[in-house]
Amino acid sequence: MSTNVKVEEKLFQNRYRVDAGRPHIQIKDEELCASECETQQCTVCCPAGCYTLEGNGRVVLITDGCLECGTCRIICNDHRNVAWEYPRGGYGVLFKFG
Amino acid sequence: MAEKFDAIVVGAGPSGNAAAYTMAKAGLKVLQLERGEYPGSKNVQGAILYSDALEKIIPDFRDDAPLERHIIEQRMWVLDDESYVGSNYRSDDFNKPPYNRYTIIRAQFDKWFSEKVQEAGAMLICETTVSDLLMDGKRVIGVQTDRLGGSIYADIVILADGVNSLLATKAGFHPELEPKNVALAVKEIHFMPQETVEARFNVNGDAGVVIEMAGKITKGMMGTGFLYTNKESLTIGVGCMLSDLKQQKITPYQLLEEMKAHPSIAPILEGGEMKEYTAHLIPEGGYKAIPELCGDGWMIVGDSGMFVNAMHREGSNLAMTTGCFAAETVIELAAEQKPFTAKNLARYREKLNESFVIKDLKKYKNMPDVFHANPQFFTTYPEMLNQAAHKMLRVDGIDKKTKEKQIMANFKQRRSLFGLMGDAYKLWRAFE
Ligand SMILES: Cc1cc2nc3c(=O)[nH]c(=O)nc-3n(C[C@H](O)[C@H](O)[C@H](O)COP(=O)(O)OP(=O)(O)OC[C@H]3O[C@@H](n4cnc5c(N)ncnc54)[C@H](O)[C@@H]3O)c2cc1C
Ligand code: SF4
Repeated sequence: MSTNVKVEEKLFQNRYRVDAGRPHIQIKDEELCASECETQQCTVCCPAGCYTLEGNGRVVLITDGCLECGTCRIICNDHRNVAWEYPRGGYGVLFKFG
Repeated sequence: MAEKFDAIVVGAGPSGNAAAYTMAKAGLKVLQLERGEYPGSKNVQGAILYSDALEKIIPDFRDDAPLERHIIEQRMWVLDDESYVGSNYRSDDFNKPPYNRYTIIRAQFDKWFSEKVQEAGAMLICETTVSDLLMDGKRVIGVQTDRLGGSIYADIVILADGVNSLLATKAGFHPELEPKNVALAVKEIHFMPQETVEARFNVNGDAGVVIEMAGKITKGMMGTGFLYTNKESLTIGVGCMLSDLKQQKITPYQLLEEMKAHPSIAPILEGGEMKEYTAHLIPEGGYKAIPELCGDGWMIVGDSGMFVNAMHREGSNLAMTTGCFAAETVIELAAEQKPFTAKNLARYREKLNESFVIKDLKKYKNMPDVFHANPQFFTTYPEMLNQAAHKMLRVDGIDKKTKEKQIMANFKQRRSLFGLMGDAYKLWRAFE
């Protein structure tokens, strides 16, 4: 099926107020993602594509497009390697329709 | 600032609004805190609003609530890769006011509801994330926010903070959510002229159609899709259990994209302009996953308490109803001058037990287990059903009896007769 889609194109429609320099989600121990985690499912399951898998097996997180769904926190239940908070009040994604 | 309120409500979704409205109306001094820029700016729903729950709170809501379309037709589609088998329920009775259900746009609806809450006398502060609960031993005595500097105190704190209830988890009121108890839904809104919506769905005026979908669109994952008509837009989305998503190689947005490309769906969306892409979790764990709901100085309402009936896609109405029950409990205890102890607040749980909320969730308590253990409901069956329809409907010189035999043989081959009977039984037991 020729339906390959770039998630950035979707996120482009959304409104955000990014709290620059203060990501609300963080990977606790980057080494653990590379060495202990076999599937790195955050790179598949995040609906905003915030987690990317680098060639060297490392996972990089950029939260700018985050939809604040909570998926990454919950699926990382084997390692609990995601420190997840809500953005500061007023920041983050701002749905116009929801 | 050591201001003290009778009650603090965390969150301005339907559960928080229902709770704050009810308490403020009864004359209590209520503070409501919402992390979004405005109520609704963080919230996502399909979205069908069931009137009954709201009507009990605001009887004349129809006068000015932002409603999209009242629903006169419900369609249920079971999809294969290229086709679907469907059923429709359309009723003129549904088409007579007062209408039973509407499509809404949450960002607009929540804003409206919140205005009513403020009119009733509650104080709302937005752009404020509650970061912690303030405790005195085991008792909740207030909240800590990320901006007001000081702490805010209240006799009772109602957690209406939705599915990702960090506060309840941090305080140890309930454990972290498990992947098998939550679904992730991704959703888009597509705008098109009102006439186009009406022509494509054979409706006029304010009437609308909703389509619920199951089958191969979720690639074997436990989940469903939906397509709802708004006034001049369509909402399309798909949701799957996180436990299943965790086993997959497909991203949620790719899943949605392939669903949109399905030959039965693409023509409906054609020409529309996508204006927002959202994602949200749905707590679908059901009865068995309901956490502790109250303790000294606190109560949990709505999604934070797992109050979603996944089988019937009801959530906002359970949110409002639980919000009301919690508020009524507070109002009663305040009138009786009884403290908000775990023991006294247990009255909230009693109210829930007597209502449709717990009765319905209890009825389907085994449903998640049945579906988890039997993925064929999302793979083999939709395929078999579609193939059977295709065979019977295609006129090709083969007699119907022979076709029936072929279909049955195919069924048995794909899934033994015992398997089929067992599945039917399991499903019936779960529904019973
Ligand atoms: C895709 C999708 C489709 C759905 N379809 C339907 C449907 O058709 N019909 C239906 O009835 N239900 C549906 N539901 C379920 C329904 O949306 C929820 O059950 C309902 O919104 C729950 O209401 P709530 O008030 O408990 O939580 P929410 O609506 O999630 O509100 C929680 C609020 O709390 C705020 N908040 C959270 N934490 C904090 C904090 N620390 N400080 C300050 N504020 C905070 C949030 O910003 C938010 O405004 C659907 C859900 C989804 C995701
Ligand atoms: S909260 Fe949701 S959107 Fe944000 S990074 Fe996690 S999975 Fe992605």
